[in-house]
Amino acid sequence: MSDVFTLAFLAQLIRIAVPYALAAMGGAITERSGVIDLALEAKLLFGAFAAAAFAHSTGSAYAGVAGGMMAGVAVTGVQLFCSLRLRADQVIVGVALNVIALGGTRFLLQLIYHEGANSPQVPAFGHDVVTNPIVWLAFIAAVALPFALVRTRWGLRLRAAGDRPDSLVTVGVAPSNPRIYAALVGGALTGAGGAQLTLSVGGFVADMSGGRGYIALAMVILAGWRPALAAVACAGIAFAEAFNIQLQVSDVGIPNELAQLVPYVLTLLVLAIAGGKHGKPPRSLGKL
Amino acid sequence: MGERSLVDWLRPSANLKRELEAALIAVLFAVAIGSVLMLIAGKAPGYVWSQMLIRTFSDSYWTGQLLYKATGLALTGLAVALALDAGLFNIGAEGQLTAGVLACAVIGTSLPESTPAILAIPLCLAGAAAAGGLVGGVIGVLRVTRDAHEVITSIMLNAIVAGLALYAGNTVLFKGGTTTGAPIVEGARLPQLGFGGSSASVAIVIAILAIALVWWLRSSTTIGQAWRAVGRDPDAARSVGIDVAKVRIFAMVGSGALAGIAAANFVLGHKHAFEEGLGRGTGLLGISVALLGRTHPAGVAIAALLLGFLSSGGLAVADIVPKELIEMLQGVVVLAVACAGPYVRRKAVA
Repeated sequence: MSDVFTLAFLAQLIRIAVPYALAAMGGAITERSGVIDLALEAKLLFGAFAAAAFAHSTGSAYAGVAGGMMAGVAVTGVQLFCSLRLRADQVIVGVALNVIALGGTRFLLQLIYHEGANSPQVPAFGHDVVTNPIVWLAFIAAVALPFALVRTRWGLRLRAAGDRPDSLVTVGVAPSNPRIYAALVGGALTGAGGAQLTLSVGGFVADMSGGRGYIALAMVILAGWRPALAAVACAGIAFAEAFNIQLQVSDVGIPNELAQLVPYVLTLLVLAIAGGKHGKPPRSLGKL
Repeated sequence: MGERSLVDWLRPSANLKRELEAALIAVLFAVAIGSVLMLIAGKAPGYVWSQMLIRTFSDSYWTGQLLYKATGLALTGLAVALALDAGLFNIGAEGQLTAGVLACAVIGTSLPESTPAILAIPLCLAGAAAAGGLVGGVIGVLRVTRDAHEVITSIMLNAIVAGLALYAGNTVLFKGGTTTGAPIVEGARLPQLGFGGSSASVAIVIAILAIALVWWLRSSTTIGQAWRAVGRDPDAARSVGIDVAKVRIFAMVGSGALAGIAAANFVLGHKHAFEEGLGRGTGLLGISVALLGRTHPAGVAIAALLLGFLSSGGLAVADIVPKELIEMLQGVVVLAVACAGPYVRRKAVA
C-alpha cells in the first residue's frame, strides 16, 4: 500500500481536486452574497467546452483558461438576469441552466466539430500540475478569498448582501450590486474549474462535469459557506477518487461500476451524518 | 435553503388565465430561442417547425412515438409536480424511474411463465412503485431529519441508482456481452397500441389513471389539502396540527412511486426487458413537464404532450437539425417558465 502515496499520487489528487475546489469556492462566495448557486454544473460544463473551443482555435492552452472563465461569467450573467432582475426562483433557474448546459454543449459540439461526444484534441497542460496556471489560481483563491471576505470592501459588502441586505440599503447601496460582483467572480472561478476538466485531459467530452457542480455545492454547505474550508472538503472527495483510481490500477477486485460511485456515496453520507445545515447559511440566501 | 422562495414562486395565483399566460409566454420564448438556434445551424426555422408538425401528425409511427414519450413524461412530471405541491423540489425522478425499471424487469422475469396478466402486471407495477418510492423516501427522510437539501441528495441518488443498476446488469442481468436482460414473461407485457409499429402501449391508460387519481387527491381529499398546505406555508400548516415532517416524507414516497411506475411504459409496454439506459432523461425532463404544467395534473398532461411532441418531433427531423438542439430547448422551457411566472404575477399586481 505504501507505494500508493507517492508524488504522482499527490499530483493526481491535485488534478482531480481543482475543478471541485474552484467550483466550491465560486459557489461559496456567490451564496455568501445571498444567491443560491445550483448552476455550478452549468458553469463547469460550459467552461469546459469553451476551454476546448478557445484552445483549439488559438492553439494555446492559456487561451483555453480565458475561454473557460468567460463562459463561467456568461452563464452567471444569464443566471443573475433571471433570478435578480426577473425574480425567478433561484433553485429552478440553476437546474434549468444545468439542463441547458447538457444539451447546449452537445449542440455546440455537433455544430462546430460535427461530433457527438468528443471535441478534437486540444493543446493542454496535461498531467503536470506545477506549470498549470489553473492549479495556481485554485491555491491563490483558497488563500485570498477568506482574506478578501473580511478585509476588502468587496468582501464586506458581499457578506452584508447575504446576511443583512437592509443594512446596505441604509448606507445607500443596492444589495444586488455586491451580489452581481460576487457571483461574477464566482462564475469566473467555476469556469476556470471547467477549463481544468478539459485542459488536464486535452479535450472536451460530453457531460464531462458529471455532477461535480452538485458535489461542490454539497461541500460548500458542509463547510458552512467558508470558501477555503469548502476547497479542503473538495480535496477530501478528490482523495477518495484518486485512491480509487489507484485501486483500479492495482486491481484489488472492487467492481469499477461501484468504485465510480464513491464520491456520490461519500457526499450523501456526509449530508446524512453532518446534516444539510452545518454552520449557518447566509440569512437572506435565496431571498430578494 | 430557498424554502421560502420556492413556496413564493409556487403560490397559486388562483387565476387560470394568469397560469395559462405564464405557460404561453414560456412556450413562445422557447420557440423563439429554438428558431434562433436553427438559424445559427443554418436552417430555416419555418421549414424545421413545419416539418416537425407534418411528420409527427401525418406519419402514424411518429404520432405513436409522441404518445410513447408523453406517457413516460406524464408520470415523471406528475411525480415532480406532487413533490413541488408539497414544497419539495424532487429532481431525483430520474433515479426513481431507474429503480422502478430495475424492479419491474426483475419481477417480470422471475415470475412463472404461466402467470396470467391480471396478476403479473399489478405485481410488476407494485414492485416499480415500491422501488421508486423507496428512493424518494430516502430523500424525504434526509430532508426532514437531517435538513439535507433534496436537490443535492436527489442528484447523488440519481448517480448511485444508475451505477447500481449498471452493476446489477453487468453482473447478473445482462445476457452475455449485451446490455439487455432476459425478457419478461408473456403475461406481464402490455399490449401495443399499433400506430405504425411505434412504441406506444396501453401504459398510456396507467398514466391517465394516475393523473385522475392525483387530481382527485389534490382537489377533493384532506390528504391533498394537507400536502398543498405544507407546500404553501409549512409554519401555518404546523399551526393547524398538520404533521409537516410526515407529510413531506409521504409526499416524497408518493412522488418516487409515480416516477417508478413510469417503468411500465418502458419495460412492460416497450422493451419487455431490463436495458442499460432505458427511459434515461425522462425523469429529468419530468421537471420541465411539472413546471410548465404549473404542477396541476391537467397542466402536467398537456405539458407532457407538448414536450413529448418536442422529443419525438426532434427525432423526426433529426436529418435536418441536430437533435441536441431540441434537448437544449427542453431546458430553455424550464428557464422561461421560471421567469414568466413571477413576471405575470407582478404585472397582475401592478
